[in-house]
Amino acid sequence: MQESIDPTRLGANRTGMQMSPMHGKEMLEGMDTTAPEADGQALAEARLDAIREAGVLGTVPAPATLKGVAKSGAAMLSGDRLQVFVDKLSERLAFERGGTRLYDGVLAKFEAHPGELDEVALEDVRDIRDEEASHALMIQECIFALGCDPTAQTPSADLVGVETMGLIQAVSDPRTTLAQTLHAALAAELADHAGWETLILLAESIGQDDMAARFREALQRENEHVQKVRSWHNALTLETSELM
Amino acid sequence: MTLALFEDRGTPLDQQRFTWRELAGKPISKLDDDAFTRVRVILMNGLENEALRFSHAAARFNGELRLPLAEVRRVEQHQATMVNWLLGADHSPLETTIGYEQVAIEVTAALAQQEPDPYLAQVYRFGLLEDFDHMYRYSALLDRLEGKDSNNILQSYTDVLPGRPTVVEHRAPEHDLRRPFDRTTAEPLTKLNALTLTAAEHQTHDYYMNIGPLFADPIARQLYAEIASIEEQHVTQYESLLDPSQSLLENWLLHEAMEVYSYYSCTQQEPNPRIKAIWERMLDYELGHLHTAAELFKKHERRDPQEIVGASLPEPIPFQSQREFVRETLANEVDLRPSGADFVGMEQEPQASIDYRNYMNSQGSPSETVAAGYHWRPGTELSRKVVNL
Repeated sequence: MQESIDPTRLGANRTGMQMSPMHGKEMLEGMDTTAPEADGQALAEARLDAIREAGVLGTVPAPATLKGVAKSGAAMLSGDRLQVFVDKLSERLAFERGGTRLYDGVLAKFEAHPGELDEVALEDVRDIRDEEASHALMIQECIFALGCDPTAQTPSADLVGVETMGLIQAVSDPRTTLAQTLHAALAAELADHAGWETLILLAESIGQDDMAARFREALQRENEHVQKVRSWHNALTLETSELM
Repeated sequence: MTLALFEDRGTPLDQQRFTWRELAGKPISKLDDDAFTRVRVILMNGLENEALRFSHAAARFNGELRLPLAEVRRVEQHQATMVNWLLGADHSPLETTIGYEQVAIEVTAALAQQEPDPYLAQVYRFGLLEDFDHMYRYSALLDRLEGKDSNNILQSYTDVLPGRPTVVEHRAPEHDLRRPFDRTTAEPLTKLNALTLTAAEHQTHDYYMNIGPLFADPIARQLYAEIASIEEQHVTQYESLLDPSQSLLENWLLHEAMEVYSYYSCTQQEPNPRIKAIWERMLDYELGHLHTAAELFKKHERRDPQEIVGASLPEPIPFQSQREFVRETLANEVDLRPSGADFVGMEQEPQASIDYRNYMNSQGSPSETVAAGYHWRPGTELSRKVVNL
């Protein structure tokens, strides 16, 4: 079994040029050093053209029940404010669901490396995992209360899926240590924290005060998640550096 | 000393078994394993996929052979899986692409030097300079999209420099076809080399076709579309070297011999003992397949299989940096262009190819755009100061 707290052990890493002194020297000899450095302007211009011509990821679905919209007071919202709110609610729902699965992966690493962090930490991870799941349910209720469809994948919900693909890869790879896994979880928690802050601002700006209050509670819990995950990650990383 | 093909019967077909867990075993380390271990993994996956492709095509043309083809194909499928799953998930699709082009460069260069037929050797040198340019274009993309140095994958074995510019590699189909070897006079090594490069290029084509749409960046999507098109031309080119009068069973025999030869080459040079054990197991399995095909060949064609594949294998394919050969070829042959099955100077290139690519490139050239002014530097073009070695 891997030594999880020693993710940075010395070994035969071959990626750097210093590991290939002869071949590396030949690479450098073959380099065109007389040429001016490039600025990538052609690439930048092509990207700009593509952005101008591109469509969008997709749309936010229209509410299915006007009754629900009226009941929630959302009908009073002007312009596109309801759809922005629903899009960001769906984003948080997707993120919290994904976060729950991310913590399933973190738990597996905890269980694979007993003793690296204490039993209290293990319990805390289970709690965090369950809180992510309960936050997802709460958001589902909010979307439903607005007369909208919590099963729809809106553009922002789609995009957090893209954004977090690397985090899921990092956590689910059996070769990554507990410390490396927690680093990915910390990145997720920091993004999650910012997501809740935006959602609270949005809810307040459209007069959804009850929802804003529920989101503030969630943010409080997420603050604790950030602190805990950061402290575990730092503890394991510092322990590693002491071992080296 | 090389392997005697018909003395060792390998693992009997009915004992060639796998579990799912074996198929998805531990991957190689992107960071710690030698780049040529990855080269071997990618090459052998290509050969296994060619085995599957050929076997399916063969089954469509011969009812009697369908059962033995299906039996061997089941094992080839799982060999392909076991080998391909050795690539770790920390390779981004673009990093794996760098690995594919390293295979195309280093293996093509190695085969070009061992090829006994001067015409086929010329064809390989021609293709080599095109894949060499692809490496440069993809390295620019890796640097400018992901901020990564392709040399982390290449481990300094392979240069990152322009070759025959990808923008001029596009040509009319009639100028992609080459003259086939003559099955009655060609040496077994000639047949094995042609089949190996056909296999390698075909999987590269398929890989680019699969992963191209995974990219969000518009120029990356275009670049994969462009280079996949060249890989299709390369498959057409290498495939046209195969004598079309070879019988189905003769072809099958050659496919198995090619796999035996390549796995044998892997076993001789693999430094990672865990991976070496996999190559040895695969070699034994392929010897079993070769004997299955050889028995069928004897039964149906009443000929000696050794007439086709020889009695023993040639010297192993050298898996090592071919830098000097590549540089020399680049200096001497970068301006060659195909005219029918021959190679001519760029000023004699047929108009049909020029017309074809002028239209393809008329709304911009992704390979030119992505690498405009690109110069590989240790640690990416962002690090202007050369590292102190």
